[in-house]
Amino acid sequence: MTIDGWTCPIPLRNQPNVVMGHGGGGMLSAELIEHLFLPAFGGTRLADMADAALLDLPQGRVAFSTDSFVVRPLFFPGGNIGELAINGTVNDLAMRGAKPLYMSVGFILEEGLPLSDLGMIAESMAAAAKQADVEIVTGDTKVVDRGHGDGIYINTTGVGTVPAGIDIGPSRVTPGDVIIVSGTIGDHGIAIMSVREGLGFEADAVSDTAPLNAMVADLVEADLDVHALRDPTRGGLAATLNELAASSGTGIVIDQDAVPVRRVVAAACEILGLDPMYVANEGKLVAFVPEEHAEEALSVIRSETYGGEAAIIGKVVGEHPGMVVATTPLGTTRVVDMQVGEQLPRIC
Amino acid sequence: MCLGIPGKVIEITGEDFVRTGKVDFDGIVKEVSLAYVPDVGIGDYVIVHVGFAITQLDEASAHETLALLRQLDVVREELDPEVALAAQRARATGNAT
Amino acid sequence: MKYLDEFRDPEVALRLIEEIKELATRRWVLMEVCGGQTHSIIRNGIDQLLPDAVEMVHGPGCPVCVTPLETIDKALAIAARDDVIFCSFGDMLRVPGSDEDLFQVKGGGGDIRVVYSPLDAVAIAKDNPDKEVVFFGIGFETTAPANAMAVYQASQDGLENFSMLVSHVLVPPAMCAILDSPHNRVQAFLAAGHVCSVMGYEEYYAICQKYKTPIVVTGFEPLDLLQGIKAAVIQLEDGKAEVHNAYQRAVRPEGNLPAREMIADVFAVTDRTWRGIGMIPVSGWKLSDRYRELDASVRFSVEGIQSKESELCHAGEVLQGTLKPDECPAFGKECTPRTPLGALMVSSEGACAAYFHSGRFARAVAL
Repeated sequence: MTIDGWTCPIPLRNQPNVVMGHGGGGMLSAELIEHLFLPAFGGTRLADMADAALLDLPQGRVAFSTDSFVVRPLFFPGGNIGELAINGTVNDLAMRGAKPLYMSVGFILEEGLPLSDLGMIAESMAAAAKQADVEIVTGDTKVVDRGHGDGIYINTTGVGTVPAGIDIGPSRVTPGDVIIVSGTIGDHGIAIMSVREGLGFEADAVSDTAPLNAMVADLVEADLDVHALRDPTRGGLAATLNELAASSGTGIVIDQDAVPVRRVVAAACEILGLDPMYVANEGKLVAFVPEEHAEEALSVIRSETYGGEAAIIGKVVGEHPGMVVATTPLGTTRVVDMQVGEQLPRIC
Repeated sequence: MCLGIPGKVIEITGEDFVRTGKVDFDGIVKEVSLAYVPDVGIGDYVIVHVGFAITQLDEASAHETLALLRQLDVVREELDPEVALAAQRARATGNAT
Repeated sequence: MKYLDEFRDPEVALRLIEEIKELATRRWVLMEVCGGQTHSIIRNGIDQLLPDAVEMVHGPGCPVCVTPLETIDKALAIAARDDVIFCSFGDMLRVPGSDEDLFQVKGGGGDIRVVYSPLDAVAIAKDNPDKEVVFFGIGFETTAPANAMAVYQASQDGLENFSMLVSHVLVPPAMCAILDSPHNRVQAFLAAGHVCSVMGYEEYYAICQKYKTPIVVTGFEPLDLLQGIKAAVIQLEDGKAEVHNAYQRAVRPEGNLPAREMIADVFAVTDRTWRGIGMIPVSGWKLSDRYRELDASVRFSVEGIQSKESELCHAGEVLQGTLKPDECPAFGKECTPRTPLGALMVSSEGACAAYFHSGRFARAVAL
C-alpha cells in the first residue's frame, strides 16, 4: 500500500476539500469519479459507468450481505475506515462459506472532508479489495452539509457464491461442537479507544482489520464439516457467543483463561474497567466445529496469515440453552451476558 | 467502588499541583497526575484512579504478603491439625496492625 | 500485570478457601463495603467457593447506585441545556433518573461527554470558552482528590465556564448507619481498600470499638479478598473486634496526607441522601464556601426539581443487606438490566444486576 506517498492524480480544480457539488451529479461528481475513484478501484465493470453492473456468477447459491461503516477517528492505528468497509463485508460473506466476488461501495461524504483523506481511504479500499480478490463493480457518492456527518460514512454490499454441499450457518450449532477463535480478541476496539478524545493513551495496540476469506476457503477445502462461523465485531466475542447460543437453542461454556488476549489489550481493559470479551474485533472469526475435526480445524486456522494465535476456547452444551458461561481460573463459573449498550470506561 | 490499577512511573514533569508523569501499565502508557504522591520517583509503582496516583505501592510489603500467602508448611500441618490452625492464625495476624 | 496477576494465583486462592472452611465453626455474616469488591467476588466466583458458614452481604459502596435520584434529575436538567457541555464518568450514563437517563438526554441533543479524569473536563472548558462545562462530581473518598484538584485548578486558572455538580459520599457514616439499623445482620466489615488509600483507617478504631465489629481493610484481587475474609473470620471466631490492615501494599494508617489536605480545602462535610437508603447525617461532601461559585446546582438554579422513585424498587433494603436482590417482588419481572427500575440493576457492581446474571444461570442449570 502506498498511503503515505499518496497524491491525487489530478488536483480536482485545485479544491483541497469535498464540496457539495461533488455529490451533485455534475462536472465535479464526474471529476471525482474519473480522477479519484476510477484510478484507485480500476476494473472494467466500474469503468463502464453504466447504471448497473452486470455480473458473471459461477454455479451455486449466491451469498449477499451489506454493512455500513461509521467510525471515529477515520484513521486509527492499524487501518482506516476504508479497509474496514471492504474487510467487513468480505468477512460477512465468508462466514457463510462463500467466496466473495463483487462489491458495491456507497459513500456519504461530509462537506469539507479533505480530498487527500478521501484519496487515502479509496486507495486502501482498493488494496483491501485486491488482497481479498474481490472486484468493486459499482458505487455511489453523496455529499451532506458540513456538520451533518463524521467526515465519511461508507456502505459496502457484496455478493459471493457458496460451493455446492457447503452449509455453514448458526442453525447448525449443536451440543458437542468445539469453539475455536482465530486469534487474540479486543485488538480493534482498544486501538480505536487509544486515539479517542479524552481517553488517549500510548500503546502498541493496532486494529486487527483483515480479510478472512482465505482462511474460510481453506477450512471449506479441508472438508471439516464446519457448523458455523461468525466474526465477532461490535459487542465482541460475548455478543457473538450469546447470539449463537440464542439462535441455536444451545448453551455455551468457555474457559476464560483459554481466550487469547494480547497483553496491551488486557492492560488497557484493566485501566478502563472493560472486559475484553465485549471489545470489538475486525479480523477474527469464531468457528463451531464437530469435536472429531476440532484439532485439524485448529491447525488449518493456525497455518493462515491471520490465524497464528488461534485457540480452542470452549464447547457447546445441551444445558442452559441460550446462555454463555465462562469458567474462571478458580474453577468457578460466571455468566457472560450480552452488553445492554456500548461498553463505557468505568471508575468503579 | 474504585478502580485502582498499579503502574510504574517512567517519567516525571512539573512540580507541586501540576506534577504529572507517565505511568506504564504493562505496555499502556498514560499521563497521570502525581500531585498527591510528592515522594514518588521514577521506577516506583503507584495506584492510579481516574488519572490520579492516589498512593505509592509499597513493593516490599507486596512481596512480604505474597511470600506469606504462598508459604506452604503442608507436611507439618497435615500431621497435626493443631499446628495447622496455629499456623493459619499466625499467618493471618502476622501483618495485623 | 505486575502487582495484579500475583494476587490472582488460583492455587493460593483455593488454599485460602480451605483455610477459611476450617476456621469457620459457625455462620458469620460479612459485608464487603465496596462495589469493586462485589464485582471481583462475582466475577471470580468467590461466593461459589466460600463455605455456607461465611455469608457475604454486598454493601452500598457503588457511587453510581447511591447517587440520589434528585441529583441525577438535576444532572439531566443541566445536561439538556443548549449552552452546556456535560462531562461524566462512563458509569453514570445509564443510571435512571425519574424519567430518563443521560443517554436519552444525549439522544435528544444534549452535549454529553464521557471523560476518564475530571481534569479532562477542565481541559474541555478551556477549549470551549463559549460553553458552560459541567462535571458530574460523584464518587467516594477515592475519587475526591481528583475531583478536588479539578475544582482547584479551574479556580486557579480563573476558568469561569467550569462548574461541578457534586454528590460525594463517605464510607464510615454509611457503615455506622448499617450497624445502627435494627435489621442489621452484618457482623464484620471488609473496608474498602482504595478509600483507605486516601483516607487511612484511623477513624475506624472508634467504630470498631463502639459496635464491637471487626473491620478489615481489604484489597480487590482474589487473594486480597480471601485474605480479608480470613482475617475477619479469625477475629469473629476469637470474639475479637479489631481494625486490621490486609491491604498493606496500598494503605497507610494516615492515608494520603496531601490528598486529604486538598479535600479539606475544596469540600465540606454535609448531610447526604443515599439513593435507596435515605438521609445519612454528615455522610457526604459538598463544595466548601470558598468554591461555592463553582457549584453547578447553584449556577443553574435546579433546586426545585421534583423527583419520583419507582415504588416497585426495593434497592434500599438490598443496599442495607436486609433483602436479597431476588427477594424483591420486581426482580427479574418489571426490573431487569434492560429495563432497570433502580441503579442496582444498572451498574456492573450493582448487587441486583450481579444476582440477575448468576441467578439466571442457577435457574437454567436447575432445569
